[in-house]
Amino acid sequence: MREPQVVRWVLKPAAWVACLGPAAWLVAGLIRSDLGADPVKTLTHTTGLSALIILLVTLSVSPARWLTGVNGLVRLRRLLGLFAFFYAVLHFLIYAVFDHQLSVADITDDVVEHPWVLVGFATLLILTALAVTSPAAAVRRLGGKRWQRLHRLVYVAGGLAVLHFYWLVKKDVSEPLRYAAILGVLLGARVIKARWRRSPPVAAPIRGT
Amino acid sequence: MLIRRPPDIRSSELTSETLYLGRREWLKSAGVMAAGLALPRPVGSDLIRRDDDKPTPYEVVTTYNNYYEFGTGKDEPAQNARSLRLRPWTITVEGDVKRPGAYQLDDLLKGLPVVDRVYRMRCVEAWSMVVPWNGVVLGDLIKKLEPGSKARFVEFTTLEDLKQMPGQASGVLDWPYVEALRLDEAMHPLALLSTGIYGKPLLGQNGAPIRLTVPWKYGFKGGKSIVRIRFVETMPKTTWNIAAPSEYGFYANVNPAVSHPRWSQKTERRLGDFLKRPTLPFNGYADQVVSLYSGMDLRANF
Repeated sequence: MREPQVVRWVLKPAAWVACLGPAAWLVAGLIRSDLGADPVKTLTHTTGLSALIILLVTLSVSPARWLTGVNGLVRLRRLLGLFAFFYAVLHFLIYAVFDHQLSVADITDDVVEHPWVLVGFATLLILTALAVTSPAAAVRRLGGKRWQRLHRLVYVAGGLAVLHFYWLVKKDVSEPLRYAAILGVLLGARVIKARWRRSPPVAAPIRGT
Repeated sequence: MLIRRPPDIRSSELTSETLYLGRREWLKSAGVMAAGLALPRPVGSDLIRRDDDKPTPYEVVTTYNNYYEFGTGKDEPAQNARSLRLRPWTITVEGDVKRPGAYQLDDLLKGLPVVDRVYRMRCVEAWSMVVPWNGVVLGDLIKKLEPGSKARFVEFTTLEDLKQMPGQASGVLDWPYVEALRLDEAMHPLALLSTGIYGKPLLGQNGAPIRLTVPWKYGFKGGKSIVRIRFVETMPKTTWNIAAPSEYGFYANVNPAVSHPRWSQKTERRLGDFLKRPTLPFNGYADQVVSLYSGMDLRANF
């Protein structure tokens, strides 16, 4: 198989299966009433963590492409980003329904009063803007430059998502710090790449082949 | 499994006299409220108070625990607390007290009546459970030990032993865990030293062999696996208060009006429920305990 076919017939289906895994696990747990002592916490935590992990995987597509030279990987990026958005929406809906019984007043109070909720909400807004502008038609309408500038917000979303996690933990922050470290590496890779690109063309790495 | 359900607390023990005498007024107003309840209610309101104050299943009470000495995950204490040796268990009584000394647990409790109490347990993380405890009334033990005239606070220290408590390898909290009550709080008849749940001896993850249970305060006030009881004049430094003074006060009375700086305390989720329910002042024990705090600013003394 050639590279585009591998992406289309192997990597994309694999990404679908992997990304639907957490949702399937939660649905199975709901059906069997087997989501632990605090089922809503399991639902909230699993969807939130899935959103964060898939967002970090999305951010690792480009570095993986630079490292492997497999440019076709970029075709996974939108799929992954939309799955991160999907879990963020589920995460919010579970919170809105079970924590606040869809009361807009309660949710507004919570967002305004508690910085970690505000930060989570801001992350959701950013991901919504990125999801809405993800179709090819939106890219064309915005123009490549503006689209790219808008989609740089994904880094802000990643940072806010980690902060959201960090603030909600009572004391043992080791887990959110691990994700912060991964995010740091992924952002660092971009900084190094940009430095590289700015240096004279002679030093530019030869990619592809 | 057959689990004996212990009787609820005798109403004469808990209900104040005025409230008890006013029960006919209450019944009248309850009648009015019941008429109101017959009106259509918003969807889901049945879910909020589902199985009101039904004891949380034994399996849940013994597998969903905050006991950082055995790990910070909720399921870790149940896995790691098996290494805890429950006998011999020595408790040191110190400070301004007439009968200080190092006591074997069973000697310390000898002669004190064992009581059954079904209490709500409200965690500061905004979840709650209902636990049928067995134990002794803390005040009974304190009377037996005879605190001196200068004693104003009672401090409870948890075991510190890295060999038995793997979580103490982490610096997540200052070890050993210390909790304390004002002496009048400790003398309140609701305050318990628990030695069992559901009529069985406590398991390590629940604070075996003996732990503090103060139902009107957030769960973290309930020091577990106690090895030292000290009577002191000044307010002791307590573990969570040291860890984050702006988030966890000395008193830590359950109070829906005072938010945790990072999250709301207005509502809570009873384990197993899907929807949250309102949190009650003093966890629903206000009638019994509010007089302990008369004249105190509960917002400043959270």
